[in-house]
Amino acid sequence: MTTVTTPLGDTDLLALESDKVVDARGSACPGPLLEAKKAMNSVQIGQIIEIWSSDPATKTDIGAWSAKVGHTYLGTVAGEGFERTFVVRRK
Amino acid sequence: MSDNLSIVLFSGTEDKLHAAATITAGAAAMGMPVSILLMYWALDAFRADRITNDHGLAYDASRPRWNEPVEHVGEMPWLETFRQAKELGEVTIRACAGSLATLGLDASAMDPLVDDAGGIASFLLAAEGGQILFI
Repeated sequence: MTTVTTPLGDTDLLALESDKVVDARGSACPGPLLEAKKAMNSVQIGQIIEIWSSDPATKTDIGAWSAKVGHTYLGTVAGEGFERTFVVRRK
Repeated sequence: MSDNLSIVLFSGTEDKLHAAATITAGAAAMGMPVSILLMYWALDAFRADRITNDHGLAYDASRPRWNEPVEHVGEMPWLETFRQAKELGEVTIRACAGSLATLGLDASAMDPLVDDAGGIASFLLAAEGGQILFI
């Protein structure tokens, strides 16, 4: 059974520098998920994408998708009125 | 069990098409092959000359309920969601040959999103090993 990785703490997440930001604010499921998948093609393996979303379901969606497809979900931290979710491309 | 997902899509209203498109897109994004069989009202909704029409809401929407659908909050139209799902993953949309006959339609009347027409046996063979949903 596929399991989601344990996220990093807030301090570690806030210190991250992502290689690509996906602004999916205002979009609801499955929008942010599809945007994240498209964004993966524009970064190298090992690089980090950061997804901004106002939909609270995004973090669990991205966590599950990362686990299934083989990327590393690093965690989610609060921005101002939205959440920032970090994923490392592994494939 | 392998992770291919097969959907018998029977309903042709906006709400159910949206739900089907969301499931399809999610599965496609997760690398799960999706096979869709269009029957009856979904087949009718996918006609090239009707696909962009307003297909209304299911009977459930006319009954008293606690929550009203909020005006398309960040929601991608179902048609666009199916298009993106096809671009992002392995999605096959097939018109049910039986429903084409029932509705008096030729496969050529379908929107280009529909890949081909086929019978129930080929759909069930492709569904082997995975899960089947009826919407």
